[in-house]
Amino acid sequence: MDVNQYLEIFLDETKEHLESLNSQILSLEQEPENVDTINEIFRAAHSMKGMAGTMGYKRMQALTHDMENVFSEIRNGSMKVNSNLIDTLFQCLDALEEYTDNIQQTADEGTNDNQQLINMLNAFLKPGGKEQAPAKESGGAAKTEDGPTEKWMDIKIGESEQLVLSTAKSQGKNVYGITVYVQESCLLKAARAFLVYKAVEEKAEIIVCNPPAQDIEDEKFDLDFSLIIVSEYPIEDILKSTRSVSEIEKVVGAAYEVEAVAAEKQNTEQTAETKPAVPAQAQSAPVKTNEKKAPGKPVVNRTVRVDIEKLDVLMNLVSELIIAKNSLVSASSMEGGNGRGFNEQIEYLEGVTTNLHESVMKVRMVPIESVVSKFPRMIRDLSKKLDKKMELYMSGEETELDRTVVDEIGDPLMHLLRNAADHGLESTELRLQRGKPEVGSIFLDAYQDGNNVVIEVRDDGNGIDVEAVKNKAIERGVITPEQGDNMSEKDIINLLFHAGFSTAKKISDVSGRGVGLDVVKAKIESLSGEVEVKSRLGEGSTWIVRLPLTLAIIQALMVTVGGEKYAISLGGIQTLEDISPSEVKLVQNREVINLRGSVIPLIRLSKELDIESSKSPEDNLIVVIVKKGEKLAGLVIDELMGQQEIVIKSLGKYISKCKIISGATILGDGEVALILDANALI
Amino acid sequence: MDELKVSDISLYNVKAEDDAVQYIVIKLGDEQYGIDIKYVDNIVRMQHITRVPKVADYLKGVINLRGEVIPVMSLRIKMDLPADEMTKSTRIIILKLEQHGTIGVIVDEVKEVVTLGQEAIEKVSYDDKEERVNFILGVGKHNGELISLLDLNAVAMESK
Repeated sequence: MDVNQYLEIFLDETKEHLESLNSQILSLEQEPENVDTINEIFRAAHSMKGMAGTMGYKRMQALTHDMENVFSEIRNGSMKVNSNLIDTLFQCLDALEEYTDNIQQTADEGTNDNQQLINMLNAFLKPGGKEQAPAKESGGAAKTEDGPTEKWMDIKIGESEQLVLSTAKSQGKNVYGITVYVQESCLLKAARAFLVYKAVEEKAEIIVCNPPAQDIEDEKFDLDFSLIIVSEYPIEDILKSTRSVSEIEKVVGAAYEVEAVAAEKQNTEQTAETKPAVPAQAQSAPVKTNEKKAPGKPVVNRTVRVDIEKLDVLMNLVSELIIAKNSLVSASSMEGGNGRGFNEQIEYLEGVTTNLHESVMKVRMVPIESVVSKFPRMIRDLSKKLDKKMELYMSGEETELDRTVVDEIGDPLMHLLRNAADHGLESTELRLQRGKPEVGSIFLDAYQDGNNVVIEVRDDGNGIDVEAVKNKAIERGVITPEQGDNMSEKDIINLLFHAGFSTAKKISDVSGRGVGLDVVKAKIESLSGEVEVKSRLGEGSTWIVRLPLTLAIIQALMVTVGGEKYAISLGGIQTLEDISPSEVKLVQNREVINLRGSVIPLIRLSKELDIESSKSPEDNLIVVIVKKGEKLAGLVIDELMGQQEIVIKSLGKYISKCKIISGATILGDGEVALILDANALI
Repeated sequence: MDELKVSDISLYNVKAEDDAVQYIVIKLGDEQYGIDIKYVDNIVRMQHITRVPKVADYLKGVINLRGEVIPVMSLRIKMDLPADEMTKSTRIIILKLEQHGTIGVIVDEVKEVVTLGQEAIEKVSYDDKEERVNFILGVGKHNGELISLLDLNAVAMESK
């Protein structure tokens, strides 16, 4: 049976079941007796078994079958849930997730039988169930086999590269091969790889890279990658600088023999030929193949599940578009093509297409639930690992963000949570000593705030010790002691985002080792977002991540200045004020107003925009109060037009020199209006 | 070596045919200019141009071209001619340039499309003080009239 067309559905549903299993088993841990939960888990396991069977994924089927058996026993009341069982079940879920990932990448479930897990499950079933984890089975979950570490030797060299290498050699430069191993716990592998790249490029030129640079950027590599480089420096120098990048397990390298290339090439070609001969369904020995499958595009495209209502809106818009087109046709035939009816219809059509555009954008919005739903499980695992009692409270999982943003935000959030669990929360003894509840709380709150979505990670732990941060920064040479004395508390806290900075006194494999908050910050900023920290020593810290709702649509206030239309993003606007000219005062030759006790500088937009204001000096001023950080400013405009949702268009690089204009938008009547960047004005 | 020569010749032939280039002839005042048709994406009627503050004076602003925001420049101002007068025949020629992306230029009138062979084009040799010479690649002769062929990349280049 050709099941390929069902593959996407299968993956979607499996992922959904896995998510629900994860959360259900978590709640089962809280209430081991809850019949509803047990039934739910049983059903999910059962449907997964059925689906896997239909699709021909035998290993997945076998594993889910045994999970189902266990739950069938629990449901019948002949077995009790205990924490050992829960642990095993979570491992099963991890294994299932691995299968699903494999299927998504290669359409094949892989060859890991997970016999060990199945045995463990069966052990629970046996009367008097031996709960000790059985010793490692034949192959089961055997970890990464240590193959030859010097993987760079296997790099295939093309003829052109070979030419480059031999020329370099003849110029007296050295050719090296190096292989870099990233730590297994590394969160943002691509970022680390990038840092290694940068470190290497300072001293050498990278000729060949395996896997290709693009794949490394997309994180399509295991835990290692190899480079062939040309350099004037000795190999030790280069190895040293790459090792200084954090989260790198080890780096091996040696001189690369250009002459030997030909022979090696043959070798690799031979192995390459034999590889495809391995049957995909090696049913016999449960050997885990660590060989990465040909890195290519995942066989399944990324999909978005869309709320039916959003699609309805789209559909309505399309039908309106058709109606508009039809009336256009009749208008043109009736009036010879140039009458007013024609123009009206064109305007109508414009309106519809704009709405259509916006609706399509909205379809791209997905709730962040898909990302945050894995966190309770993670915190549970961390709690065991760190031996601290903690609880995660989440709210606002239904908050929507653009799909591209949601895809990227998982890792940074995970990092902040780990950080809160590891550094934020005190150890249980210390908490008791300080009179805090024994169980630490971590909060993850998401909510929409104007054009932004705010995600807060909060803990009731120790907070940030500003002095410790400062001392550390001085010790690390990030700042000088004099600088440190002059820095505000906030500035010092911001040092945490400095590359290679960690205040954890104890290194753990959860966080620490300077596992970069810098990387977190870079990632969030690449999504046009920002991150800030608020902290009180002894009471806890709050990490606030602010992300734009979508990268393309904003709510804006439309205004006119000198007869021209401008849009101001609603995000920064505080209030609108009507000010009489007599209230404007001069301070240091700058116009200010005194508004409810605070002195706010005025910015006359007509002046900034080089245009005559259409109002006379005696008229009252319409002032838009905008906020940038802590600063307020009043923008003087001529008229208010109202609020509108606008699609941001780039002005193009040709005209990008104008700083106070951040973009343009097309209005309902087809005219272009410029978007004022209030931040640049202040 | 022999083989190389053969291919060289065939290349040359292809090139010779290609040397006849089609130009769109436009008018600025009384002068005629030619714009290589391969850069022309579209010709649209004059429409409302949204002014962009704080940019060079020859940049008239931006227009909406089928949902895209396109910068528009005045050829006249760029070439130090009297400012544009908008008439019924005023057009915006939308150019697609590799270096600068899509740009619209305002012209007084679009006349016709002509095909000029290499023999009909004279390279400009006069080293006048006039700045606008820099914008001209050569002069084409067509039916007894002279057409200045615009160097579009130079036109689009930012002036100091």
